[in-house]
Amino acid sequence: MSLWVDKHRPKSLDALSYHSDLSTRLSSLASSGDFPHLLVYGPSGAGKKTRIVATLKELYGPGVNKIKIDSRVFVTPSNRKLEFNVVSSVYHMEITPSDMGNNDRIIIQELLKEVAQTQQIDLSARQRFKVVVINEADFLTRDAQAALRRTMEKYSPNLRLILLANSTSNIIAPIRSRTLLVRVAAPTHEDIAKILSSVAKKEKVSLPSSLADRIAVESGRNLRRALLTLESLYSQNDLLSPDTPIPTPDWEIVVSSIADDLIKEHSAPALLKIRAKFYDLLSHCIPANAILKTLLFRLLPKVDAELQSEVVYWAAFYEHRIHTGSKVIFHLEAFSAKFMRIFEM
Amino acid sequence: MSFFTKQGGSSSSKATGTANPRQVPWVEKYRPQSLDDVSSQDHAVEVLKRTVLCSNLPHMLFYGPPGTGKTSTILALANQLFGPDLAKSRVLELNASDERGISIVREKIKNFARAAVSNPTAAQRAKYPCPPYKLIILDEADSMTQDAQSALRRTMETYSRITRFCLICNYVTRIIDPLASRCSKFRFKPLETGNAFVRLQEICKAEGVRYEDGVIESVLLAADGDLRKAITLLQSAAKLHGSTADDEIVKEDNVMEVDDEASKTVTVRSIEEISGRVPDSVINSLVQAAIPTPRISENFSTLQKAVENVILDGWSAMQLVLQIHDTLVFSDDFDGRAKNMIVAAISETDKRLLDGSDEHITVLDLLVKVSGILRKSN
Repeated sequence: MSLWVDKHRPKSLDALSYHSDLSTRLSSLASSGDFPHLLVYGPSGAGKKTRIVATLKELYGPGVNKIKIDSRVFVTPSNRKLEFNVVSSVYHMEITPSDMGNNDRIIIQELLKEVAQTQQIDLSARQRFKVVVINEADFLTRDAQAALRRTMEKYSPNLRLILLANSTSNIIAPIRSRTLLVRVAAPTHEDIAKILSSVAKKEKVSLPSSLADRIAVESGRNLRRALLTLESLYSQNDLLSPDTPIPTPDWEIVVSSIADDLIKEHSAPALLKIRAKFYDLLSHCIPANAILKTLLFRLLPKVDAELQSEVVYWAAFYEHRIHTGSKVIFHLEAFSAKFMRIFEM
Repeated sequence: MSFFTKQGGSSSSKATGTANPRQVPWVEKYRPQSLDDVSSQDHAVEVLKRTVLCSNLPHMLFYGPPGTGKTSTILALANQLFGPDLAKSRVLELNASDERGISIVREKIKNFARAAVSNPTAAQRAKYPCPPYKLIILDEADSMTQDAQSALRRTMETYSRITRFCLICNYVTRIIDPLASRCSKFRFKPLETGNAFVRLQEICKAEGVRYEDGVIESVLLAADGDLRKAITLLQSAAKLHGSTADDEIVKEDNVMEVDDEASKTVTVRSIEEISGRVPDSVINSLVQAAIPTPRISENFSTLQKAVENVILDGWSAMQLVLQIHDTLVFSDDFDGRAKNMIVAAISETDKRLLDGSDEHITVLDLLVKVSGILRKSN
């Protein structure tokens, strides 16, 4: 039994429900016989991957759905062995090179060259080229991206790349100018509500439309999250009514309580208490930037208009520090201390 | 019947693999073949033409922003000097992005520089000047390591009798001084709109691309002086709409489909979408939200809402910041002082985005700062 998210994932381009102009463009690309390198970007839960899988199916037929997972071993110049998982079908291959951290350049060079130098084995295949899907392309190191640059031009007869990213900010300009940019916007609240009710219908669950709207708003335009919420609501409650409470994730409750503490009391002992909560969150593997972001948007409605801009300023400041520094807890604490101070003044 | 169709299918797929003109990127297809074809860059081309006449070439250093024709110029020059056949043995083109490091300089470059000059045949001599030296082109030389560059120093001098170097880079400051002083420098300017416009029009005509008015202008705007980017964009757009010449032949048989005709014309809208450029309406709505009103709290919440929507629509923050910059700095509504402060805020934001900060918070911070600056200046 699979999750509803996977079970009801559209399998072909015409089954996709929103951004229909994007779907038609992708299908016209797939049918044109030639296919450019793609850079697909958009927020998470917007349906980037689903679109790509559907496009691949359009390109090659149902064969792409037969996938296998290989574990490959690479040796770095300094003789370290790296294990790397590759998801592949006969026609395409899917990799997440950012798993390897700083060694991603080797994967890009070795693996892509190997793929590019061999031709399509299956003679009845519809396309002569193979497709490599690179996940989390915005986390590739600069070296890896520079290595990609030449590979994309040199091996273009045998190889097409599809890069998936959350944002194009971290992708170097030469790559951006070599790819066709495809933006996948997050679905609107109405789109999500519509999908939720159609899934509920297929699962024979009665879903009041007002609840569907609430889930959609609560999900922050993230379709995956909305569907997961719906499923967990269904498994927890016998009957879904318009006023069934939507549970917030535990860590968000903790962040909210931190926000309350910050407003209530401004002293060293209070800071110590908050610190324990931060440690708790971090030890549960909640990323620090997610904590800070959520904290910021919990704090903003609680402070006066004059203070809001200052809070945003410091949040952005410490968020940047989190990325450049090494110990995240310092910056989270510093933000709390700073907030207490500007709130007092 | 199915047997035949299958046969036909496989043979046509083979044909696409070997010699389908559509498979070649237009950037390669329309690379200038001789120095006369190079658009703009009059100064550099003029000097190089004279060197072709007297067949003596200095070491060269080409620098300038991407897509201004540096590589095209040197390839065209090599073509004119040696002709396509001789060029194989006389020209070594090295791309620094995949093969760099000191070992390459020591082995590959040195061996090539050292080798004796091959003799041109009489036929080649009749057609091309065929000067008695080889040419080593080091593309993207600014990504070579310092060590590799200093290893080049002596090599360049020792074999200067039989070998000429051409270094190509984007940032001349990243080339070490000893190398730079050994070369005569050529600066490549970003293409003027006029020349680029003519070039794009030629390509459109040759490929039979149909486009609505203003498409070329918006391509140039998005490419920002980078001709390669402009051509790539144009090709992607044409592919997307399927509006190339060989479709047209099919078209002439059935003139009935007017709707289809319209969909095969490249539109300004699609160019904007492909180039990742944010539509002006989105930028304007953001900037409007940032302009202060007397009621601070309301102001802030509209701003917050606007930023949230834009980020969730998936627009790239880097591009947003760039266009917000253009809108604010070239606007006449603010005084110089406010603009100064806005630019400072933008530079900070840019750095943060490059370091991988969260886009939502960073963009919100920028607009809040802008709003604050404008409030103070009023």
